[in-house]
Amino acid sequence: MAHTHSPEEIKKSVRKYMMVFGALLVGTVITVAASYIHFENFTFTVLLALFIASIKAFLVAGWFMHLISERKMIYFILTATVFFFAGLVYLTLWSMAPDSFIHIRR
Amino acid sequence: MEIPYTVHEREDTGLYNAKVGIWLFLASEVMLFGALFSAYILLRVGASPGAWPTGLLNVPIGTVNTIVLITSSITVVMAWASLKMNQFGKFKMYQTITVLCALMFCGIKSYEYYDKFTHYEIIKHDGTVVDGHLVSQNTNEVVLHVSHKATGAATHGKEEHNAAGQPKDSAKNESASHAAGGHHDEVRVPRSEIRKMENYGPWHNTYLAIYFTLTGLHALHVIGGAAVIAYLLGPGSKMWKTEPERFTNRIEVSGLFWHFVDLVWIFLFPVLYLL
Repeated sequence: MAHTHSPEEIKKSVRKYMMVFGALLVGTVITVAASYIHFENFTFTVLLALFIASIKAFLVAGWFMHLISERKMIYFILTATVFFFAGLVYLTLWSMAPDSFIHIRR
Repeated sequence: MEIPYTVHEREDTGLYNAKVGIWLFLASEVMLFGALFSAYILLRVGASPGAWPTGLLNVPIGTVNTIVLITSSITVVMAWASLKMNQFGKFKMYQTITVLCALMFCGIKSYEYYDKFTHYEIIKHDGTVVDGHLVSQNTNEVVLHVSHKATGAATHGKEEHNAAGQPKDSAKNESASHAAGGHHDEVRVPRSEIRKMENYGPWHNTYLAIYFTLTGLHALHVIGGAAVIAYLLGPGSKMWKTEPERFTNRIEVSGLFWHFVDLVWIFLFPVLYLL
């Protein structure tokens, strides 16, 4: 999509943009509605909220940001980003473990 | 000398320079917000059971803000598509709506911040707590607008506190009683009875600290992005007449930043407002 230049191809993309917009609005409604449902397991609540948010993020990144048809260079940059972001979150979670060696032992 | 690869792609990457640049910048932004989200996880998981407040934020207002940003996302991509189809008038229309959405988002966020800064918790010398929005204050007394539960049970507005002298979900009670159709009273507290008086700013508790940090940084990105888009809509649009392809690429790149701002909010909203 990012490398198409003809107005005809852009016109086809416009329809997809509108569908993504609709999906994002529906996703927002679902997210808010789901928040009013009380699930016994809080972990499930968190995972559900993040799952819906990830779907919406995929739609924005894939179609609005044209990632679905981008060049390898961008995929490489983003793969490196995902790797370091995952590392950042993992280090945070690892540091919270009670038997993690970074805790001061008295 | 003309800057190379502002319009035509490089042979090795297949991209024009600005696109590589903006994606590298967005990668750094992912790490910035990722670090703050990690801080949020750390703080929340590390909090004592029941100590992490919920219901402090207004979900309908947050939902409206989410819809505003999603709308601005579609308009910013439609602005780029309009330029690709050589429709400059439509580009101006869509970018104007984008900037208006940004202003609306900032306006709503300002109202939310104002609500927090005018929401006070007063701890009296005898340990009781009064919690509500500020009506007025003078040298003698402070008047708060507190809410009571419709069932008539003792509320945070009256003398309710837990064994540790901390309010029992005071703000959550206020939000809940609002939703339950509770009525509101004005409570006058003489200054001589006040041990501590604090509003719901970032200093009030850990949740509000991370809330203001995350949303404040996000709002700065909204303002910065809106400023760039407004410039390209205004004085910067002169380039359309001289170098239309280079201008279209600028719109695409600024749009990518705007979509990132929207992406961050897509995660911020459920994490802060709903969980």
